[in-house]
Amino acid sequence: MKGNELLKINNLHTGFRIKDTFYDAVDGVSLSVKKNEILAIVGESGCGKSTLATSIIGLYDHNKTRVQGEIVFDNKNLAALSEEEMNDIRGFQISMIFQDPLSALNPLMRIGEQIEEGLIYHTKLDKSKRDSRVLELLQQVGIRNPERVARQFPHQLSGGMRQRVIIAIAIACKPQIIIADEPTTALDVTIQAQILDLLIELQAETEAGIILITHDLGVVAEVADRVAVMYAGQIIEEAAVEELFANPKHPYTRSLFNSIPQMNSQSDRLNVIEGIVPSLMNLPRSGCRFSSRIPWIPGEAHEENPALHEISPGHFVRCTCWKEFHFKTDKGGGTHELYANK
Amino acid sequence: MWKTIVRRFLIMIPQLFVLSVIIFVLAKFMPGDPFTGLISPQTDPARIAELTEKAGLNDPWHIQYMRWIGNAFQGDLGLSYTYKRDVADLIGERALNTFWLSLLSVFILYLIAIPLGILAGRYQNSRLDKTIVLYSFVTYAIPTFVLGLIFLFLFGYKLEWFPTSGSVDIKYEAGTLRYYWDKFYHILLPSFTYAVLGTTGIIQYLRSEIIDAKTMDYVRTARSKGIPMRKVYSKHIFRNSLLPIAAFLGFTITGLLGGSIFVETIFGYPGMGQLFVSSISSRDYSVITALVMLFGFLALLGSLLSDIIMSIVDPRIRIE
Repeated sequence: MKGNELLKINNLHTGFRIKDTFYDAVDGVSLSVKKNEILAIVGESGCGKSTLATSIIGLYDHNKTRVQGEIVFDNKNLAALSEEEMNDIRGFQISMIFQDPLSALNPLMRIGEQIEEGLIYHTKLDKSKRDSRVLELLQQVGIRNPERVARQFPHQLSGGMRQRVIIAIAIACKPQIIIADEPTTALDVTIQAQILDLLIELQAETEAGIILITHDLGVVAEVADRVAVMYAGQIIEEAAVEELFANPKHPYTRSLFNSIPQMNSQSDRLNVIEGIVPSLMNLPRSGCRFSSRIPWIPGEAHEENPALHEISPGHFVRCTCWKEFHFKTDKGGGTHELYANK
Repeated sequence: MWKTIVRRFLIMIPQLFVLSVIIFVLAKFMPGDPFTGLISPQTDPARIAELTEKAGLNDPWHIQYMRWIGNAFQGDLGLSYTYKRDVADLIGERALNTFWLSLLSVFILYLIAIPLGILAGRYQNSRLDKTIVLYSFVTYAIPTFVLGLIFLFLFGYKLEWFPTSGSVDIKYEAGTLRYYWDKFYHILLPSFTYAVLGTTGIIQYLRSEIIDAKTMDYVRTARSKGIPMRKVYSKHIFRNSLLPIAAFLGFTITGLLGGSIFVETIFGYPGMGQLFVSSISSRDYSVITALVMLFGFLALLGSLLSDIIMSIVDPRIRIE
């Protein structure tokens, strides 16, 4: 492992059991997270990004999930640890921020108690020290009257406030890695910006590595250092954020950018990616998984067993189809062909 | 909160008034009267007519009703035709018997149902869970009188562990410790019968609540803190799953005060259920109306009690 690499994932497969077969939702992902870095994982719903997150922190249903491969952290393979061993790491060295702050807090417990819980098991602080740590945390996440909020129940707080509380829970034991699973998706736009600023600010203080899972390219541009784009359980492109935004290569990445609504666009149609993400059971297990959604690109353009190629230092692209890729509209002009004959 | 409680009590007055009219009229519409079957057929019909007239039973129902409600407001619920005793005294004595029986029943009921429900929910689909579910369906399918009779035969008659009828042995003097122990001894078997049969609802409810709660986001948050699984269960899953059970508590308590007709009849226990049935068959109007009024009041009280319990256990609910 390199010096500042905190977490290294090698060829991770996470499968869910449907009837008696396991279907891999994460299919051979390798990644690394460095200290003081925000790694964004981007992709459509169902591409396996949340599954990747829950695999790292071990929050999956052990009866229905199979995790294979290596997740190396602190010289341990997290994928092979027992639930009890994972408990010593979860919330302490690795923690998680969840998507929906409205349902992620226990409605019957006071805010202070919920933040304190992790401290009880991972630190040797006594009750009064824990109480003051809770207030300190609340202050750190930008809550103005921590004493009062600590005594309140979740339903008495707004969505943004609750997300701050979730963040306070996540950073309570000063973790080295924070996994943020769509932390801003459920919030309105003004609050989103505040929460993102808070994340950046906290990262600067703690030097933690953050894995930010999102489908929002705007969020990625704002906060990420490095981006991994996932499609159908695989990483199809990985690069530093500037490189990826300036120079997207993979057809899927380019299609994602292309489908962002443009203010100054002449067209009144939105660009879409043809087709749908294949469901878990119907996932093509060989060949380029994106090929079915770009049928106008000839089959020879794809690799038989698409691998990640380093096309420039630190920029990886899966498959070779990007070299031949062009948008359908490049030829047809005007609107997307899907709508052209209507 | 006190304001609300007082207001809820005030709302009960018109509700109880409507109930009293309905029940009074319905009782009067029952065929027969208190004298049917009680007086020997040889009695002169003129004598019976005279008695009926004297009891005011020939007056139109609204006159009878006014007389009854007027007296009731002065605390006089009339005289029981069958027992020749003041209704209030009669009911008071029975109510106390039923109260103790109910209290012990509820206690045993929750003592059995809550642990079983929790185990079934926590170890969902395990052999333990399947056994508990089987138990709950079997007890649900057994009629009260069957289990009551089995218990009575086994523990009362064969093994002679428990008395087979009554509420207290007459040889003990009221007020002594022995007397109270004997009362407790008498209600053990009937309460146990009631409790065993009543567990199904709570077990099933609790089980499904726990299975639901396990998938909640806040449980995932709790797990992400790295706290032991038993703490996740005790502090997050169980607490939330017990809410609906707490909501039922008020109704359960007041519902039981109505007495269990089967249990009380089988165990020969002088309680409200038994009194209610016998008063209907003997057309003991004053007892019937007083009892139904009391049951009505208890139902209303039960819903208020449930609301109060909910507002205590669930911070999201505040009675304003």
